[in-house]
Amino acid sequence: MKYSYFPGCSLKGLGRAYEESLLPVMKHLGVDLQELDDWNCCGATAYMSVDEAKACVLASRNLALAERDGNHPILAPCSACYLVLNKTKHYLHQYPKMKATVDRALNAVGMKCEKDVPVRHPLDVLINDIGLDAIKMKVTKPLQGLKVAPYYGCQIVRPYATFDDQANPTTMDRLLEALGATVIRWPLKTKCCGGSLTGTIPEAGIRMVYILLNEAKKRGADCLATVCPLCQFNLDGYHSAVRRQYGDVLLPTVYFSQLMGLAFGLPDRDLALNRAAIPFRWRPSSPPPAPAKPPAAKSVAA
Amino acid sequence: MNSNREELRIGFYVCHCGHNIAATVDCAEVARYVGTLPHVALSREYKYMCSDPGQELIQQDIREHKLNRVVVASCSPLLHEHTFRGATEAGGLNPFYFHMVNIREHNSWVHTDRKEATEKAKALAQAAIERVAHHKALEVKRVKIHADVLVVGGGIAGIHAAMTMANAGKKVYLVEREPTIGGHMAKFDKTFPTLDCAACILTPKMSEVGNHPNITLWTYSEVTKVDGYVGNYKVTVKHKPRYIVEDACVGCMECIDACVYKTPKFEDEFNEGLGKRKPVFIPFPQATPQVVIIDPETCLNLKTGKCKKTCVEACADRMAIDFTQQETFDEIEVGTMIVATGFKTFDAKRVPAYGYGVYPNVYTALEVERLVNASGPTGGEVITRDGRHPKSIGIIHCVGSRDKKTNVWCSRVCCMYSMKLALLLKEHTGAEIYNFYIDIRTPGKGYEEFYNKLLDEGVHFIRGRVGEVTDWAMTPEEEGKLTIRVEDTLAGYVRRIPVDMVVLATGLEPQQDAQDVRRLFNLSCGGEGWFLERHPKLAPVSTFTDGIFIAGGCQGPRDIPDTVAQAGAAAAECLALIDKGYVEQEPNTAFVLAEECSGCKSCIPLCPYTAIAFDESSKVAVINEALCKGCGTCVASCPSGSIVQNLFEDDEVFSEIKGVLAYD
Repeated sequence: MKYSYFPGCSLKGLGRAYEESLLPVMKHLGVDLQELDDWNCCGATAYMSVDEAKACVLASRNLALAERDGNHPILAPCSACYLVLNKTKHYLHQYPKMKATVDRALNAVGMKCEKDVPVRHPLDVLINDIGLDAIKMKVTKPLQGLKVAPYYGCQIVRPYATFDDQANPTTMDRLLEALGATVIRWPLKTKCCGGSLTGTIPEAGIRMVYILLNEAKKRGADCLATVCPLCQFNLDGYHSAVRRQYGDVLLPTVYFSQLMGLAFGLPDRDLALNRAAIPFRWRPSSPPPAPAKPPAAKSVAA
Repeated sequence: MNSNREELRIGFYVCHCGHNIAATVDCAEVARYVGTLPHVALSREYKYMCSDPGQELIQQDIREHKLNRVVVASCSPLLHEHTFRGATEAGGLNPFYFHMVNIREHNSWVHTDRKEATEKAKALAQAAIERVAHHKALEVKRVKIHADVLVVGGGIAGIHAAMTMANAGKKVYLVEREPTIGGHMAKFDKTFPTLDCAACILTPKMSEVGNHPNITLWTYSEVTKVDGYVGNYKVTVKHKPRYIVEDACVGCMECIDACVYKTPKFEDEFNEGLGKRKPVFIPFPQATPQVVIIDPETCLNLKTGKCKKTCVEACADRMAIDFTQQETFDEIEVGTMIVATGFKTFDAKRVPAYGYGVYPNVYTALEVERLVNASGPTGGEVITRDGRHPKSIGIIHCVGSRDKKTNVWCSRVCCMYSMKLALLLKEHTGAEIYNFYIDIRTPGKGYEEFYNKLLDEGVHFIRGRVGEVTDWAMTPEEEGKLTIRVEDTLAGYVRRIPVDMVVLATGLEPQQDAQDVRRLFNLSCGGEGWFLERHPKLAPVSTFTDGIFIAGGCQGPRDIPDTVAQAGAAAAECLALIDKGYVEQEPNTAFVLAEECSGCKSCIPLCPYTAIAFDESSKVAVINEALCKGCGTCVASCPSGSIVQNLFEDDEVFSEIKGVLAYD
């Protein structure tokens, strides 16, 4: 299985922990990820709302690059990239005028976007290409006793629910269960994290962050698991603002890939757990019969 | 009259249809042009050809001008071919010497350029003039009608239709697949807007059906095969084993008391799974027939063969229990049929945002009907699945209706039944009731008044489609409750309303197996799966298959008054056919030229109406005129060209084509 890996800006910046955990996990599963050479900004949702045509051209360049480099499916871990690339594909299919604009722009630099390269999300690849059975086989340190609230955010299910249910997605639930974790049932799986409101209208954004943290904590979660760099940033980075507005609701937010790494027994230092503002510490309450190793918790606290 | 040899005298009439045609087609020019064509003895324009004076004109001209062919250029033959054939016959000609040209639906309604439209009308008229010269005199055949009737489905529609016809002295077979008749209505507590007790008005009719000398009631039975044609249908009915000899069972229910399961243990279908029943049971106290049934899925003896069979002991001398029963079949002959197979309610799990199946206190409306019913699982006490007496209840309208993600249609009954349930729940619990609606639709007698009554009673109405039902609490008041999030589009803000119980007003859908039933009875379906009526306004209970009528919820969502009215209409249609005694058959059927048929049999499997048989003695194909619908499939497929169809003979069709092509 070969994929063109499209990191986008987040996975090289604020969401580095996502890349730093996802790449070793995928490698461990034998997935061949080839980073797209010379990729550019996806445009995110912001550019789409300013100038759709230019945003489409920008995103299409990445599709064209993937086409040029062997036409392997694009793996887009960031929710915004995933959405924008899919939306661009949708526009190219749906609106011939848009397609013509994009074709003109790409032609000018000697590129083309014709082969309809698939854009995939890591959850989709993990569940549907690799499969839960193969994942279970790699689990050496099951996350027994860890209570996780799976949090999908909006962009991977809305408006295009390509691989999961729009209202009640379950792919991450099933993945976490395969890792041995206890999945918290809660109704806020796809509720807004506040998006950029945390920066523009902080009271409103902080309220949304608080709602998610508070509800997950109330239901006994040890942590939130997310798939989106922006969700992780909002849920992890605004705890002091939440404290000022509502009181303390400390709860770490980790990427699902970090939990996978833990369950696979990958060394903590490879999983970027120390990059979070609210550190995530967890050791099995009753360790599995695997040979006990000295705890590596120190690096987590670093 | 052998018109092929005598001189052709064609009368041509172009109709203005008020402005419908005349505004786009220059009718005077069409009449002038056709008048110049050979064999046209007379060419006229007229404002309304279908009017009495218009028809009179045709008759008069036939007599005075010795016409022997008639062509009318007007609307679609679907509307008035019959009218003008009648006028032609009244004038003394064979009605099939008439031909019709459609210059309205095919021309004036779809074009804007008057000049072009006029040219097109002239070309079409010329084609008809060429064609009609080759028409032959044909005979309309009559087929006798069998007086017995089959009604499929024993809900209120089937019950009413069967009773109407049985009271008129006809022999009626009523086939119902459930163990009892009664349908959905039997599950309701009260009916809107009068709040009649549903059982009180339905069960007397049910027992009348059960006892009527003219009705053969077959419950737990299904139609498996339909052959034949209007007036002469052969129908096979399968009787599923209920492991009870119906004639021997007196409904004493001693077997139920004696069952080895001392307490009811299995999900009770009649109570929507809210109650429990035993493997041997009677669906509800007034079930008709008053006969128990044994469910093979749960009966210990039928499942394992290891049971003390205490039920058989209890039945004793009546010997009504028979574990050896097998499926049996009956073949009956009927002349007409009414399909009244009903609807199913929308599966609320398809809208996950409302939490049905996740939160125990979310109910469907049909479940609540059972909950407030005195013979329901709680004896009419409204108590939630987690044992609470609700103090606040939210009723969400349009679940699975008016929604592009599920069903786009309005289910018509939900506004009214939601308001009925609001009133009943308020009476039973004193709770605050909130209705969440998109629009309130009350198009029925006394319905708007019922809505006003609810407003007076203090039931809350909040306009907005509910976003979600959630157990996520934001305030202490919401803790432990279900919160309904909705944009109140009248107040203009998003509200959160905590309630103890949520009722989902689920919409109506076609039955799961509607497509199978459609094929069985050769009906048509609309895109949504409802059975299609022949005409939405003027033939609302007829279907495209003669002699088969539809009534009730299988045709589309409707309430009880409309269903009963339709059932009556369908019964009247059957009675009209039966009392006439015969049906006339369109002569546009196909026939085999026996001397040219090679006996290759290739036409036989192609016929969609199984009208073609093979005559072993003469080794040729034979078409049963009574079954042939004139579709032309066999004509087109015959390798030797030895099948001919009346009104579509080669010279008729080719001359028509020639006429269009000759015009320039």
